[in-house]
Amino acid sequence: MKERARPTEPRTSATPVLPLRWRRWFASDLWVDFVHSPLTVLAAAIALACVCGALFAPWLAPHDPFDLATLDLGDSHLPPAWMADGRATYPLGTDDQGRDILSGLLYGARISLTVGLCSVGLSVLIGVTAGLLAGFVGGVVDAALMRLCDVMLSFPPILIALLVDGIGRLIFPQARDVLAIAVLIFALTFTDWVRYARTVRGSTLVERHKEYVQAARLVGVSRWRLLRRHVLPNVLGPVLVLATIQVGQAIITEATLSFLGVGVPPTNPSLGTLIRIGNDFLYAGEWWITLFPGAALVLIAMSVNLLGDWLRDALNPRLK
Amino acid sequence: MTGPLLEVRELCVEFPTRRGTLRALDGVSFDIAPGEILGIVGESGAGKSLTGAAIIGLLEPPGRVCGGQILLEGQRIDDLPRESMRRLRGKQIGAIFQDPLTSLNPLYTVGRQLVETLRTHLPLSAAQARERAIELLRQTGIPAPEARMAQYPHEFSGGMRQRVVIALALAGEPKLVIADEPTTALDVAVQAQIIRLLRGLTQAQGASVMLITHDMGVIAETCDRVAVMYAGRIVEIGPVAEVIHHPAHPYTVGLMASVPSLADTGGRLAQIPGALPRLDEIPAGCAFHPRCPKASQRCRDERPELALVQRTRAACWWPIVKSAAA
Amino acid sequence: MLSFLLRRLAQAVLVMLVVGMGAFSLFQYVGDPVSNMVGQDATPAQREQLHADLGLDRPAPVQFARFVGHALSGDFGLSLRQGREVSVLIAERLPATLELAIVAALIAMGAGIPLGVYTALRRRHWDAKLTMAVSLLGVSLPTFLIGIVLIEVFSVLLGWLPSFGRGTTVQLGAWSTGLLTADGWRHIVLPAATLAVYQLTLVMRLVRAEMLEALRSDYVKFARARGLPDRVVHFGHALRNTLVPVLTISGLQLGGLIAFSIITETVFAWPGMGSLFIQAVQFPDVPVMAAYLCLIALVFVVINLIVDLLYAVVDPRLRVQAAIGGARR
Repeated sequence: MKERARPTEPRTSATPVLPLRWRRWFASDLWVDFVHSPLTVLAAAIALACVCGALFAPWLAPHDPFDLATLDLGDSHLPPAWMADGRATYPLGTDDQGRDILSGLLYGARISLTVGLCSVGLSVLIGVTAGLLAGFVGGVVDAALMRLCDVMLSFPPILIALLVDGIGRLIFPQARDVLAIAVLIFALTFTDWVRYARTVRGSTLVERHKEYVQAARLVGVSRWRLLRRHVLPNVLGPVLVLATIQVGQAIITEATLSFLGVGVPPTNPSLGTLIRIGNDFLYAGEWWITLFPGAALVLIAMSVNLLGDWLRDALNPRLK
Repeated sequence: MTGPLLEVRELCVEFPTRRGTLRALDGVSFDIAPGEILGIVGESGAGKSLTGAAIIGLLEPPGRVCGGQILLEGQRIDDLPRESMRRLRGKQIGAIFQDPLTSLNPLYTVGRQLVETLRTHLPLSAAQARERAIELLRQTGIPAPEARMAQYPHEFSGGMRQRVVIALALAGEPKLVIADEPTTALDVAVQAQIIRLLRGLTQAQGASVMLITHDMGVIAETCDRVAVMYAGRIVEIGPVAEVIHHPAHPYTVGLMASVPSLADTGGRLAQIPGALPRLDEIPAGCAFHPRCPKASQRCRDERPELALVQRTRAACWWPIVKSAAA
Repeated sequence: MLSFLLRRLAQAVLVMLVVGMGAFSLFQYVGDPVSNMVGQDATPAQREQLHADLGLDRPAPVQFARFVGHALSGDFGLSLRQGREVSVLIAERLPATLELAIVAALIAMGAGIPLGVYTALRRRHWDAKLTMAVSLLGVSLPTFLIGIVLIEVFSVLLGWLPSFGRGTTVQLGAWSTGLLTADGWRHIVLPAATLAVYQLTLVMRLVRAEMLEALRSDYVKFARARGLPDRVVHFGHALRNTLVPVLTISGLQLGGLIAFSIITETVFAWPGMGSLFIQAVQFPDVPVMAAYLCLIALVFVVINLIVDLLYAVVDPRLRVQAAIGGARR
């Protein structure tokens, strides 16, 4: 007599009875896959830590690097605390103006993450809407959108972002901080939304021809409701994967633009701007001004990319 | 040659997954005699294709054989090293898969794929292989084979492509051909031609066929014996006419009854209530008992083995025995 | 086939026209077109003359036609920053960028394809997994950071390689090359490596993904079922089918190289078009920006066209489709 195959159930015995939705989530393939993949959990933890660090920067940072009154030029060019000339109050050292690197990191991460998340959020909003419309309405709208996507996607985003940024500066020659960041977000959004539009349009076309949509229309469901409640949830999977990966890309692109001097101005620096500032001091041997912002940037980008990679594999039905 | 060509004894195949190890094949045993056509029938997910894959040694990892033996002409083949198994394939055991379009490499001409296969198994020069390839194409009923040699797979129709696939599978003159749903992707009219072709060619070569399908019509037309699979086990096996007309296992009865016939004049389509169990939820005892109208406590506790019932062998504690010949 | 070609050409011309309109708008409406033509130091009289000459009082389509005419003959006016003709500036800088891009492309493909094949074939081994982990780093590192790190390690700390400029170059007619001197090669190594990293990672991951896809396919399964040896299955069948999309996508990446060269040239003070463009954006030097835009658009359009044609040549299925007139999508 053979016993039946008993799988190990992912039930957390310590938790009290959760509402059904939560229980279904924790029993789902996605969660099980996530929990069993230690690297992904690590990546998610790091990403979460970075977001929290950036979010709570004003409370976490030991100093305020932008309050000119607190800066002391005598404290400038200090190496990290564990080195010979370092001081404990400046754990990662200071730059040429006496600004604390660690604080600069936290605030810089804040800017970088803000720009990245905002631009991706906007891109998703615009792109998904455009894609849904094009896929559902079809015809000229669809054709026009696709040609636009083709053209825009064949150019590397950094180029277009540079151009838009350059034009923005031409139009607003005295760009203050917020405006500069807004132009930056606009530049990144401008290049990115086409990706989502194309993906969503493809999925919408596929879903539109499926039987459940036709059945719903027969029953008299309005097109808008159909789009929102039936087609949209089925289309969001690839969008989620793309968005996660694009956050990493957006952060890197922003850093690149800032490094090139056409991004966030140094009065309220992002990680890229910090690296640019530090670059000038590399030859003097003051590596910490560049290394720590650089490491932070890489850490954020890597964890987000890892998450995106895992999500893509987890949501890919063919790999099951 | 005496004795069966292929013997499968208590074959078990399992898949380790995140949610635990799933047993996809559980104690599958059957024989195929030389020159015989054995049909393997069952619903999707019953394990038919896996059986074929295990025999030819092409189980996709992480799937693996975890028990049992497979013997070809009395020699064990389930524990052979990779290279030895590779030499078996195509030469002793051949395989045909479902979709002829995706089975052929779209970037190579048909002739090139044939010659490549021929020269792998037989010591032929390029010219000789080419001649043989043309001959093979002719045997599979493809008109103007010389011209066809230089064409690409997408230039053939569905039925023609499957003929090419058959030619490729038989190029090494294997003794056993595993045909996994060879007609499912084809038009109905073409299906009959392909089945007849397969039958004719294999009989001419004296090869056996393991025909995997869910189409009872094909089984009835072509096979000598048939095995019915359910949830990774064989529930009934016997000569085709007996299994179809005198099924002993309730599942087989249900299967035969659910095939609509032209004689039926209205009324509901018969179906077996319920569905195949998920691999991680296979019931204890007899796997079919939750859906079986005759299930008893014994069915829930003990798993039945294949036992002779009238003229077929069925794995059931309460096999259906017809008192008079129908 | 001919109709396919014509349709793609028509599309290309359309794209160029759109880009041209964009550049034209830049030229005319953002910044002062007269200054764009004569530079900042012209006298009022000269400006008035030019105003009339340029026909700035004519309707916009006429001006656009004029712009296109000038553009086709390579005349984009004078650089606002340097006062020299834009076309001359670009011609001077073109060889530097192209050499950098080509060397980087060779590195990226030469290392990326074999690595991709290797990690696909040995996917469960630790060394393949390690390579994939490192590749993740390659995608997460911004190009400028790679450049900075390379400079720090190889120039500042080890002192092996120079960190800026092209070194000694040789003039071959209109083309100045750094590839004929040892010094030139020493100078090109770090920037090319920097530029190549991202592309290498992309190529490797792409090859791996396509190869895995091919290895899962039915024709590979059937090839194995026919008893073909591993070597034939992996390289004759799987790799051959993989290379088709890989080569075409890599061709498109060549455009990306030219774009990313902007960053690399800035980090390494490489005298190419990229650094010219950055300086133009910072200034802002509108004629240079407009000219760069048109030139890059042309390069991309040409590359896309060639790749599309290549695709049709390499994949026999598409020859039929192309003949029928269907597009690749």
